[in-house]
Amino acid sequence: MEIPEGLKYSKEHEWVLVEGNIATIGITEYAQEELGDIVYVELPEVGEKIVKDDPFGAVESVKAVSDVYAPVSGTVLEVNDALPDSPETINEDAYGDGWMIRVEMSDMDDLKDLMTAEEYAEYIEQQKAEEEDEDDESEEEDEE
Amino acid sequence: MSQRLPVKRAFGCAPPLLFDSGSPGRSGFFWPEEDAFPAAELPAELLRDAVEGFPELGELEALRHFTQLSHLNFGIESQFYPLGSCTMKYNPKVNETVARFPGFAHIHPLAPVPLLQGALELLYELEGWLAEISGMDHVSLQPSAGAQGELTGLMLIRAYLADCGDARQKIIVPDTAHGTNPASSTLCGYEVIQVSSNEQGVMDPATVARVMNEEVAALMITNPNTLGLFEKNIEAVAGAVHARGGLVYLDGANLNALMGIAKPGHMGVDVLHMNLHKTFSTPHGGGGPGAGPVAVKAALRDYLPVPRIEKQNGAYVLSEDHPKSVGRVRSFLGNFGVLVRAYTYILSLGGDGLAEASRMALLNANYIRKRLEKHYSLAYNEPCMHECVFTDRAQHRFGVTTLDIAKRLLDYGFHPPTIYFPLVVSGALMIEPTETETPETLDAFIDAMIAIAREAKENPELVKTAPHSTPVRRLDEARAARKPVLRWEPERAERDKEQGML
Amino acid sequence: MRYTPHTLDDQARMLRTIGIQDIKQLYEHVPARLRETAGIRLPGGLAEVAVRRRLANLAAKNAAATDWSFFLGGGIYHHAIPSAVDAVVSRSEFATSYTPYQPEVSQGTLQALYEFQTLVCQLTGMEAANAGVYDGASAAAEAVLMSRRIQPLSRRQVLVSRALHPHYREVIRTYARNLEDVALQEIRFGDSGATDLERLRAALGPSTMCVVLGYPNFFGVIEDLASAQAACARAGAHLISVTTEPLALGLLKPPGFFGAEIAVGEGQSFGVPMNLGGPGFGFFATQRRFIRNLPGRLVGETVDVEGRRGFVLTLATREQHIRRERATSNICTSQTLCALAATVFLSLMGKTGLRRLAEINAARAHQARARLIREARAEAVFSGPFFNEFVVRVRDLDRAIRRAGERRIVPGIELSRWYPELPEALLVCVTEMNEREEVERLVAALAG
Repeated sequence: MEIPEGLKYSKEHEWVLVEGNIATIGITEYAQEELGDIVYVELPEVGEKIVKDDPFGAVESVKAVSDVYAPVSGTVLEVNDALPDSPETINEDAYGDGWMIRVEMSDMDDLKDLMTAEEYAEYIEQQKAEEEDEDDESEEEDEE
Repeated sequence: MSQRLPVKRAFGCAPPLLFDSGSPGRSGFFWPEEDAFPAAELPAELLRDAVEGFPELGELEALRHFTQLSHLNFGIESQFYPLGSCTMKYNPKVNETVARFPGFAHIHPLAPVPLLQGALELLYELEGWLAEISGMDHVSLQPSAGAQGELTGLMLIRAYLADCGDARQKIIVPDTAHGTNPASSTLCGYEVIQVSSNEQGVMDPATVARVMNEEVAALMITNPNTLGLFEKNIEAVAGAVHARGGLVYLDGANLNALMGIAKPGHMGVDVLHMNLHKTFSTPHGGGGPGAGPVAVKAALRDYLPVPRIEKQNGAYVLSEDHPKSVGRVRSFLGNFGVLVRAYTYILSLGGDGLAEASRMALLNANYIRKRLEKHYSLAYNEPCMHECVFTDRAQHRFGVTTLDIAKRLLDYGFHPPTIYFPLVVSGALMIEPTETETPETLDAFIDAMIAIAREAKENPELVKTAPHSTPVRRLDEARAARKPVLRWEPERAERDKEQGML
Repeated sequence: MRYTPHTLDDQARMLRTIGIQDIKQLYEHVPARLRETAGIRLPGGLAEVAVRRRLANLAAKNAAATDWSFFLGGGIYHHAIPSAVDAVVSRSEFATSYTPYQPEVSQGTLQALYEFQTLVCQLTGMEAANAGVYDGASAAAEAVLMSRRIQPLSRRQVLVSRALHPHYREVIRTYARNLEDVALQEIRFGDSGATDLERLRAALGPSTMCVVLGYPNFFGVIEDLASAQAACARAGAHLISVTTEPLALGLLKPPGFFGAEIAVGEGQSFGVPMNLGGPGFGFFATQRRFIRNLPGRLVGETVDVEGRRGFVLTLATREQHIRRERATSNICTSQTLCALAATVFLSLMGKTGLRRLAEINAARAHQARARLIREARAEAVFSGPFFNEFVVRVRDLDRAIRRAGERRIVPGIELSRWYPELPEALLVCVTEMNEREEVERLVAALAG
């Protein structure tokens, strides 16, 4: 699975591209795979303030709605206007055309909590392993 | 060279849309010219042109359209329909016959009450019967469906607590609850606290006691819950809620498991709703109409919706004079036509017949549970009531999911169980056979399920691409949601024709 | 036992498979105290003939429109129902199926609902419609809630016409009671019987969320939606149009023509018997830009894996089973079978038939009103244009109603129970079911 170097990653599976005090935010390849076909994207308006760890938008698949959490705090400078009409772009190009918003960060310290590509790769491996463990345990229970 | 006509499937083919059929000027309506009534003189600026795009079909043509549509549906009289939590039991024909009596079908709700005495007697008696069956004190038949019954019940609770000077803000809802429970809570202005069920799949009194405080208005609980398990601690759970001044609301969706076995009114329940289209055999209609009467203990009586049906000097009256009432939740008296059917059902079965229905519902569910437990993983290895919940855990290793199993069942001619609900069970398959099915039907269904389990192992592709024999195959739901097309429009019809979609 | 097919042998075999001896063991985990008191004290079951006899006795105690002359409307209407309608809705494939969660075996219901949504759009002149809600009154309440989802927090004032059906006003009040931010205000009607537009304009302001008007209103009067919409648009409020007699939309300019944001109503007139007021169905339409704020079920078009057209329930993420406490509504029901009846009814009427039927209603009602005024000394109460219902004042109304009753006529609905300001006022409805002789008998009965 693709986890580009040079981006920062959150535990809620958002990616952040930092250029000066501007952050471009989207959801990761792992997140879009878990969600399946994305059918609708809800984004904030330009000028809105977003707060780290609070939801700033939502992505919907056919049968689920998932909040998208702000990895950093700041003011929305730009939103990806193409997404409401073609939400599938996130499935097709999560790190490129599937970007969601551009934000002027209010606190550069927010970046400290985010992971590097390598750390994030490890983090999702760990998550996958935990899921499998759960599966195995329950199967054993059944056989008792 | 002679042209060959394309051969269409003889049966199970969708007819064109009404709007793409017929011919300009055609109509199934006939009314002779009448001289007796000169045309009304309405100002021209109020009037529209003919309704653009409206159908233009003859009577047989229209009838054939809908008959062909009906062939594309599964229904209880043609297929086994074991949808969990939906109680798809047989809908008796006598109910349909009596509901069409002119004295029920063609009566007007605003006619003077002396002209409606038979209807009010029926409703009054039905209220009493439902109170007796559920062990509650008073019933209102007004709510149109289960979800509206829930909302009404929560409004009663809110009004009652406010009157006691004890306004509260929160509702506790178990993680196994129907989605309507939290949705109704929000609609009633409450905040929802979700609590987890324990490892046996039921509510733990200690867990409830921990979240219960003076801010909580009520606990909403379903019993048996959506895992098909009896909430065996319900009395202690209710005790924990009552101890801190809260009330207990029971979602009566699964009442079909309880008749003659346990009465909600004896479990510490203060308010409940019933789904007459589940337990009391009225048809689901492809998504309504239903009816969701609400029942309360005596303390909450004054808050029931108005009007209330009362008996005064041997006559039935509609009484609006209940200042504490939450008000009206819909127009008129409720879904009377549905209430007539439920009344007929109870009259047909009697008290013993209802108890027998619940017992046979349990027998059928446990039979399926037993015969399938070697082939599918049970969500909880506990005795079940009227429904049982399996998962796709055993099939997962072959890449086969609950959705695939459900779709493959269609090829075997069975409606699938409820899937992916309750949400706490990953890949849930919730099977509710109901009491009206023969053991032969259950065996045929079980054999199909076992065959699918084998196919999942030996030929997973076959299961994953199912259904193969239905009028349409798997539909692109993502496409439907991304660019919603919710109505016919002339321009699109043209385009579709060009693309050969029809 | 009735409807449970298990023989004693069946039961014994099934219990053996389960591995128990007695069926009671299936529920012995239910606390004993509950089991011991669970007996249902109701009489024993009855044979079908006895059931029918009992129900026939009850039905005979009601006055049915088949034996009486009803001039009753007020939200429920006595219209002709072609036999073909009941033939379709009686089919078990439609009547006994569940909400179409498995689209591969529910295309019948789904396509019919898609056609229904289209018909509702065409009739109301709106861009999108859902698959139906409980009834007209709850549709009106849901419309107010929908407006609340769209409008900013600063707009929470709801202006409700006093000429809106009293039950609808009550249901809006019931639904709004627990939403502390919503403030309801009633707008009076004028001499025409329509909502007083001056008062409406005065009440509209920057905090107004929506305006709710009947079209036609409870008095049968056709509201001036053009002016109302212009006033709403200036103030930034939504216009919600509520129709209790949808046949009127076969003749009148539709709410969508005037730019109403939401158009709802009761659909019982279209092929559904009066049934003492239920079940009918609520219809619910809006503009395309608001579809994600709609309550209830929506059917959408798509294709299957082989490229064939098919229909599915769509935009389900709005709904309770997915979004739970954040759903747009708690509603699950779309009154599908009643919506199907309307779809069949409207496809039989068709473009010319519906218009004709509406004209017949208007013609009969207008003539009846003229005759009541001319020959029965009834007074006109309102001056506004009307469709098939109107209000007249009848002197000594109680006696007149009794007199009519003796001749098996129910001449209309007394309005004073909801409108003390309208004493001796009678709301009279005339449809295609009221033949010329009936109107004559009505005139004679009220003339005294």
